[in-house]
Amino acid sequence: MLDLITGNEAIAWGARLAQVDYVPIYPITPQTEIVEKLSEWAANGLIRARITKMESEHSMITAAGAAALAGARTFTATSSQGLLYAFEMLYNVSGWRAPFVLANVSRGLAAPLTLLPDHNDALAARDSGFLQFYAETCQEALDSVLIAYRVSESRKVMLPSMVNIDGFYLSFTREKVMIPDELGDFLPPYPIPAISAGNMPSMGPTVLDPSVYSYFKYQMHLAQISALDELKKAISDYEKVFGIKRSLIDEYMAEDADYVIVMTSSFATMARKAIKSIREKGIKVGLIRPWVLRPFPRDDLLSALAGKRGVAVFDQDVSPGFGGALYAEIASSLYGAPDAPHIASFIGGLGGKEPTIEEFEFMIRELISPDLTRRGPVMLWTDKDQRILDEQRSIALRGGVVGR
Amino acid sequence: MAGDLSIKTIRETPLEEYLHPGSSMCPGCGAQVMIRLMLKVLGPKTFIVNAAGCMTLLQTYPYSNLKSGWLYTAFASAPAGAQGIRDALDSLISQGKARDEGIKILVLTGDGGAYDIGLQATSAAMDRDLDFYYLCYDNEAYGNTGFQQSGASPYGSSTTTSPIGRLNPVGTEKRKKNLFEIWKAHNPAYLATISPSHPLDLMQKVEEAARRKGPKMFIGYASCPTGMGFDPSLSIKVAQLAVDTGVWPLKKYVDGKVTHTIIPRFVPVEEYLRLQARFRHLFDENNPAAKEAIAKIKDEIRSYWKAQGIEAKARHHMVIADGSCCGSCFSSSFLWFSWGIPSGKGKPSSLHTNMEVAML
Ligand SMILES: Cc1ncc(C[n+]2csc(CCOP(=O)(O)OP(=O)(O)O)c2C)c(N)n1
Ligand code: SF4
Ligand SMILES: [Mg+2]
Repeated sequence: MLDLITGNEAIAWGARLAQVDYVPIYPITPQTEIVEKLSEWAANGLIRARITKMESEHSMITAAGAAALAGARTFTATSSQGLLYAFEMLYNVSGWRAPFVLANVSRGLAAPLTLLPDHNDALAARDSGFLQFYAETCQEALDSVLIAYRVSESRKVMLPSMVNIDGFYLSFTREKVMIPDELGDFLPPYPIPAISAGNMPSMGPTVLDPSVYSYFKYQMHLAQISALDELKKAISDYEKVFGIKRSLIDEYMAEDADYVIVMTSSFATMARKAIKSIREKGIKVGLIRPWVLRPFPRDDLLSALAGKRGVAVFDQDVSPGFGGALYAEIASSLYGAPDAPHIASFIGGLGGKEPTIEEFEFMIRELISPDLTRRGPVMLWTDKDQRILDEQRSIALRGGVVGR
Repeated sequence: MAGDLSIKTIRETPLEEYLHPGSSMCPGCGAQVMIRLMLKVLGPKTFIVNAAGCMTLLQTYPYSNLKSGWLYTAFASAPAGAQGIRDALDSLISQGKARDEGIKILVLTGDGGAYDIGLQATSAAMDRDLDFYYLCYDNEAYGNTGFQQSGASPYGSSTTTSPIGRLNPVGTEKRKKNLFEIWKAHNPAYLATISPSHPLDLMQKVEEAARRKGPKMFIGYASCPTGMGFDPSLSIKVAQLAVDTGVWPLKKYVDGKVTHTIIPRFVPVEEYLRLQARFRHLFDENNPAAKEAIAKIKDEIRSYWKAQGIEAKARHHMVIADGSCCGSCFSSSFLWFSWGIPSGKGKPSSLHTNMEVAML
């Protein structure tokens, strides 16, 4: 069925189609619409999932992980502050090898407080052991959830997945989405048996020996590496069953490009527009958009970048004191690669600051005549940004105490 | 106690064991005695959800001395883990994907987990009327990290973060948080305090609770030789004195009513305090605040019991609310005999001194 739905609804549809058994929930903007939708469906008997209203995201992720271990296919969702509130548990549930799906609707982290998106929230959880999907479109959001269940639940993986969509830009944007009528055999039955009198495992115990700790931690890395193969199989089956093609690295006009922009998520849509206009000037530019960051698709990325003259990494995040988190990953992958292209780092889109065509043009200019002395990232900042800031600062700094 | 319980005297204590020797707990750990007794009543289909604390070490890979299932969650969210498991099973059962086998879920946390960092998660689990058991083994401090002051630490006790010093002759300067009343305000299906020194009282309460659906909440006095500072052989004696002095009221809250299941003998509180290193400074002649501090502790006991309509005056015999003997004098020796010599680190508790407890 083809329908016009928001990114949040697309995520909810993913959970509905996966026939989840359990959804612990907690509200936060811009995610809330997802759990509202699921609650509405449950209230009307359209899904059989049990929905439980938790008192915090820390508890929500605990409950999700515990339920996944107890035999229930589980879904949950959060954003930003909520993800950070649950941080301790992200590492726990992946260590438990609890294969559930968590949607994170990205939103900049306080302080200062904002509602609009950037990726510091999701990237903070980069090392938690979760698989990480970054969707650009509503269709991809739905596909990500289904593929995430398939890969998370595969015996070789058994790790939770995080599906990220950008708050507002994707969460509240309506797009045409193909909603499958049914899953066919794309998703096998849930692999963990229910806790019962005959099945009383001991889970999450302490290890006292560092060798054993190291073993279990490294197992999670190996499971992520196995997830690359499982992802490829899932992508191929997904296309067979639903006729929709996904790839670990999405490329746009990249094949013959000399210069490419590397970025994730919904702002890539703006890059596409800019790329078209830059191409009109005769410069061969393209877009390379990793859809999955964990497991990190290094080989696919390297082959996509092979032969390029310049790579501009657009980070919608900032690691203060270093720069862009995505840049670090791309640069480290390229290091030592034969004929590695020049790579430059840009920070933009923080707190939902929409990148303009001029910003993308600037990035490409920087690639064509690079400033090789530059260390660290360039903050994308336009005259308009400066004007807005000046206006507000002048009000804030006007001084004086009201009423004196 | 309700007359139709199957455990009427200590002789009906179930013989089955679900907590076996071999843990790395300290010898004489009161918390373990309570867990053992509780599991005897709850039976084999019990799944334990644990928060960070001493008891986390009951499961150290690859060893387990428990027959029950186990999930270690984190410090603050064991009740949420219990919620997830209960919900998962209920969802699968209602969809016909699993059979209802009567699995019981037991949350096991220390006082730090219950009074402080996990209070929010516990409140919410009760608010959602989660069908579970909760045992807070209260050793009145953050034991696992070396006995630091928690919300449960009583006035006058020294801990590693409320140490005695020139400027602080008292130790913990605040009063013990009243978790019983906080939990009671949630109106759980069952709420009781227990002590390892009163096994019959403990088992009867668990049995009574097991007949109810909803949150079944227990706060247990966890005599802790290592943290409170006494010989492991005195563990049951210290717990017994906590009850006898009126410091640790044994009570239950059922159907909107609080009943004290043991009326203390009101042994002078000094007998309880004197046994423990954490109160040693209260008996130091050079401590200018000692007398006043003990007077304050006494006052608190008196006013608690006065509010219950009971005068805290020394009595000869221990009397139980329903007039029968509590069985604890017999049971403390019985239990320690069948418990055997605790394994694990430290020195084993001696049976001789346990006999002494039995004579108390
Ligand atoms: C979030 C978090 N903060 C702190 C700790 C450190 N910690 C582990 S156990 C513990 C003490 C637990 O005290 P309590 O709940 O009273 O149990 P006990 O150790 O006395 O058995 C602390 C502070 C932790 N594990 N997690
Ligand atoms: S420190 Fe206390 S509570 Fe912890 S294991 Fe030892 S005796 Fe038990
Ligand atoms: Mg404690």
